[in-house]
Amino acid sequence: MSTNTLERSAVAAKPKLSLVDCDIHPNLKSEAELFPFMERRWVEHAQQFGPNNHQGLAYTLQHPRFQPAVSRADAWPPGGGPPGSDLDFLRSHHLDAHGIAHGLLMLLRPTGCDERNLDFAAALCAAANDWQRECWVKPEPRLHGGIMIPQEDPAAAVKEIERCARTGGFAQVNFPPRALEPPGRRRYWSIYEAAVHHGFPVGLHVGGVPGHPTTGAGMPTYYLQEHHSNMPGMQAVVSSFVFEGVFERLPELRIVLIEGGFAWSPALCWRMDRAWRLMRAEVPQVPRPPSEYVRDHVYYTTQPIEEPDDPAHLGEIIDWIGHERIMFSTDYPHWDFDDPRYAFRTKLTEAQRAAIFGGNARALYRLP
Amino acid sequence: MSRHIVATVDEIAPGSSKLVTVKGREIAVFNVKGEFFALFNRCPHEGAPLCKGQVVSLVESDEPGTYRMSRQGELLRCPWHGWEFDIRTGQSYCDPANTWVRKFAVAVEPGERLAKGPYVAETFPVSVEQDYLVIEM
Repeated sequence: MSTNTLERSAVAAKPKLSLVDCDIHPNLKSEAELFPFMERRWVEHAQQFGPNNHQGLAYTLQHPRFQPAVSRADAWPPGGGPPGSDLDFLRSHHLDAHGIAHGLLMLLRPTGCDERNLDFAAALCAAANDWQRECWVKPEPRLHGGIMIPQEDPAAAVKEIERCARTGGFAQVNFPPRALEPPGRRRYWSIYEAAVHHGFPVGLHVGGVPGHPTTGAGMPTYYLQEHHSNMPGMQAVVSSFVFEGVFERLPELRIVLIEGGFAWSPALCWRMDRAWRLMRAEVPQVPRPPSEYVRDHVYYTTQPIEEPDDPAHLGEIIDWIGHERIMFSTDYPHWDFDDPRYAFRTKLTEAQRAAIFGGNARALYRLP
Repeated sequence: MSRHIVATVDEIAPGSSKLVTVKGREIAVFNVKGEFFALFNRCPHEGAPLCKGQVVSLVESDEPGTYRMSRQGELLRCPWHGWEFDIRTGQSYCDPANTWVRKFAVAVEPGERLAKGPYVAETFPVSVEQDYLVIEM
């Protein structure tokens, strides 16, 4: 064990790095902020009936999730409202303070994806997209929207992707990794086809409350368990995309696993390759070793980064995955935020650092 | 080393803290049940401002189904990732041997004595009627 340094210089980071943050959470001050972007019919529905999700108690936050609003205690805007709801404060507290050149917005709520009423889901997603564009992306060109889609109604989701591609302001399609079925299933393919057609990667940020447990062993007891259930969840996402043949069918599809870690990926690939060599007759739609699809199609964001006792171990894992697939993210304003100055402790070459902290995301999202 | 007057004693109520700057360094001064402790305002993990952290108790258990609370108001939880530190020592609860926040000595001094010096009063007005917190750094 090494001794932690206690007093670090505030300018320890390489100042010339042009950072891209692949996971920033904007937040509504209240649901009413969406109403100007909704038809009267859906405003009244929202007020009279509200959401009806696949999972009971969803979004009621049964526990405060460690820190109020799941957020850094210093991220509450001085002018009021929840963390992430004030663009000016987000600029000064995060974008300017950390030298973020580009930030990918990841709206978590309302997602529409968990709504049983599909027409309401589509209205919520469209309003959320217009809100992102008008209130965040237009006034702040460093920010780039993520298209919210009602993915359980793929035809409506495709229409929304097309609409957002026309209006501009968006860099990717958001697809929660926990949908009603694993995301590689055929019912969702038209969504991926539309994403490819319009040149959007598909971002899968941890989330979705479809009613099934977050772990393969059942519902977790503690938030501590749930917090790292992201990792087995993302493994299921990857194997679903691979074995359903989505990557084989859509060679241009790129997916980004957001907030799901990455250290597990090499071990998953080793196991998938081994099993595929023996059982590939079961999946003739997958003619190449699974690891090849993963290498070609899957990107990972870093936060919350794995922290082995010896930082060099993380470097080895990144070598196995490929530096060109790892993209820095902070998760601002959430409590498990990674600070770009200190979070990444493994040694990197200048080229690797430039790729992970910005170059990879610039290329993938076609950022200036 | 020099001594710096940073607050009046009654400015920081038990259970609360004050952020002060000494020689350009941010320091969080805590009142734990009438005793004062000063910690460097940066978490050793990723540099979060510790003065924004919650002051909590120690909860422990010998076996599932039992628990005990102790040391109420003596632990500081980092406002970002929740690392817990002993306000009295600055040590990390989970990794006390290797991880700690730098601690500074705080003394309570009557204004009468301070007015004579040789302390660094900076811009802090000192009145002989009050007691003050003095940090050595």
